[in-house]
Amino acid sequence: MLGVTVSSGVFVLVGAVFLACAVEMVEALTIVFAVGHTRGWRSATEGTVVALVALAALVAAFGPTLVSVPLNVLRLVVGGVLLIFGMQWLRKAILRSSGLKAKHDEDEIYKETVAELSAMSTSTDRDRIAFVMAFKGVFLEGLEVVITVLTLGTSAHRLGLAVVTAGVAIVVVGIVGIIVAQQLSSVPENAMKMAVGILLVSYGTFWTGEGLKVHWPGGDTMLLGLVGIYVVITFLYVTWLRSSNPLRISEVSA
Amino acid sequence: MKQSSLPIRLLKGFAMFWWDFLVGDTPEIFVAVLVIMGVVALVSVSGHAHSAGAAVLTVLAVLALGASVWRAKRAVKK
Repeated sequence: MLGVTVSSGVFVLVGAVFLACAVEMVEALTIVFAVGHTRGWRSATEGTVVALVALAALVAAFGPTLVSVPLNVLRLVVGGVLLIFGMQWLRKAILRSSGLKAKHDEDEIYKETVAELSAMSTSTDRDRIAFVMAFKGVFLEGLEVVITVLTLGTSAHRLGLAVVTAGVAIVVVGIVGIIVAQQLSSVPENAMKMAVGILLVSYGTFWTGEGLKVHWPGGDTMLLGLVGIYVVITFLYVTWLRSSNPLRISEVSA
Repeated sequence: MKQSSLPIRLLKGFAMFWWDFLVGDTPEIFVAVLVIMGVVALVSVSGHAHSAGAAVLTVLAVLALGASVWRAKRAVKK
């Protein structure tokens, strides 16, 4: 029983952290590639490294603080944040799947960033614009990774596992990204976002309940039940939107 | 115009980040989650419905997601 309980929680935690980090890494990598190819790799790399150091400092500063917060309070706050965050992701993924919202196009973002950077004047040795663009891209996407890792990891009392999973996701996407450079659009980003949304909403629902002393039938195993419920609901919402929406945004505009 | 001091700008930036992160262009989700927490807290405080709280929480979350999707669908139609 304990084995089942632990493994279901770990399974959802690892899945949510890995997919969320992979999606954010794809977005950050697109910006860094665009900056590197257009303005040179030196400043792009420097901006990326400084952003990663700043993010590591944030984790070091807030990680231990979060661990010392009473578990019920932490789970209620984190549950609420994850419920909001997860619903936002899931809503977007449902709208994209049903054609009501244009899909996230990494190729288009890459081209737009390259065009924007090419139009700016180039300076000499150190390129401030390239540094700032790479820093902002990595820091902002990374901040979402940090929030996901800290909230999921501390609430499940498995911060170490969450950090390792995030690290693996970042390395895997980084290696794949370098190999297939400029083909990040082939990553099924919407499907991944939908999976992350479902996992975050499931965790958010579960921990909001835990924080409010709700009794979940089956204990922690109910987390998998919630995942199943949200998978079915997502499918139903997409089907409803597709059947009742003859006008598809993705068909009329990019 | 006088520029704000660094701590004020950092504070504003921090507040803006959380506002965008939690509210952004879907304020209905933010409000719905607060309402859900309030309703489930009331159900739990009543003391006799801890199991009912699980059902209420899940159903309200599903309905909130549906309402937000429906709102987006209406906005597209307009």
